[in-house]
Amino acid sequence: MSDLNVMTPAEMAATKAAVMDQVPGSEIQGQSPLHHADLESLAKQGPKQGGIHLREHKLLGHLTLRCNPENADQLAAAERVLGVALPLQPLTSAENGDYSVRWMSPDEWLILVPGLEAFEVESKFRDEMGGHYSLVNSSGGSTVLELSGANVVELLKKCTPVDLHAKQFPVGKVVSTVFSKSTAIIRRTGEQRFELVIRRSFADYIWLWLQDASREFGLVIEA
Amino acid sequence: MFHIYCPHCAEYREEEEFHAAGQAHIPRPLDPDACSDKEWGEYMFFRKNPRGIHHELWVHAAGCRKFFNMTRDTQTYEIKEVYKIGEQPSVVAE
Repeated sequence: MSDLNVMTPAEMAATKAAVMDQVPGSEIQGQSPLHHADLESLAKQGPKQGGIHLREHKLLGHLTLRCNPENADQLAAAERVLGVALPLQPLTSAENGDYSVRWMSPDEWLILVPGLEAFEVESKFRDEMGGHYSLVNSSGGSTVLELSGANVVELLKKCTPVDLHAKQFPVGKVVSTVFSKSTAIIRRTGEQRFELVIRRSFADYIWLWLQDASREFGLVIEA
Repeated sequence: MFHIYCPHCAEYREEEEFHAAGQAHIPRPLDPDACSDKEWGEYMFFRKNPRGIHHELWVHAAGCRKFFNMTRDTQTYEIKEVYKIGEQPSVVAE
């Protein structure tokens, strides 16, 4: 991306006109794409022992940031907002408390923040960042599943062609890849713990797929 | 199946994640209005189909979604090299 787009402060402020708080308030109940699966009840009624543990982190704020990785001002602005530098190495991620940043492509990052903070973080970006960049709140477009347990690597081997061996896929690595017949952004958050960012419209399909794939290991739902 | 090195992700991935996007290095005419029908037609429709070294455009569709170029032997399927858009191939047909 070029930095030819140099805006005046007034023009910069005008870009905030397009920013809208997608979550009007905590009192308004949101529904995740897996609302119909009723994971809370399944967590209470279902088995407590098994090789796979599944938990949905629903209604998080998903922000897609695109900017120039060679623009030191933009990198510094992102660090001021997030409290952590954007990961510049391919396939890496960074965390700061509840904020997590994934490298998606050389000029694109996926930032996950608590759902009710998405608007605040987005507004901060508009205040801090200058030049040519794009920040899109895509919270409604995807959801996050966390898979853990003794058999989690075996389960994922059925779903994706990526090499999951600890040497090739260390903790903190993030890949965007094929997942069953859909796609997912997979991040290793622990030795036997993975985080999947999946598309909203594929959430039900992946939920059904994971139930089938984890049948031999035993699936424990957590909520 | 190809095992393709993505120059942006800097690692090998399965072909499943990629899409081939045809011949590489096809510059759009700078002044389309000044093109003859023949020149425009060749730009739009005519593609090489070599036996041997071919330069192709690929996209890492399920990964970083970036385009890159690949030099491939259409006879042996061997991938000679991958290189980023804007770079020139080091392996060329004789």
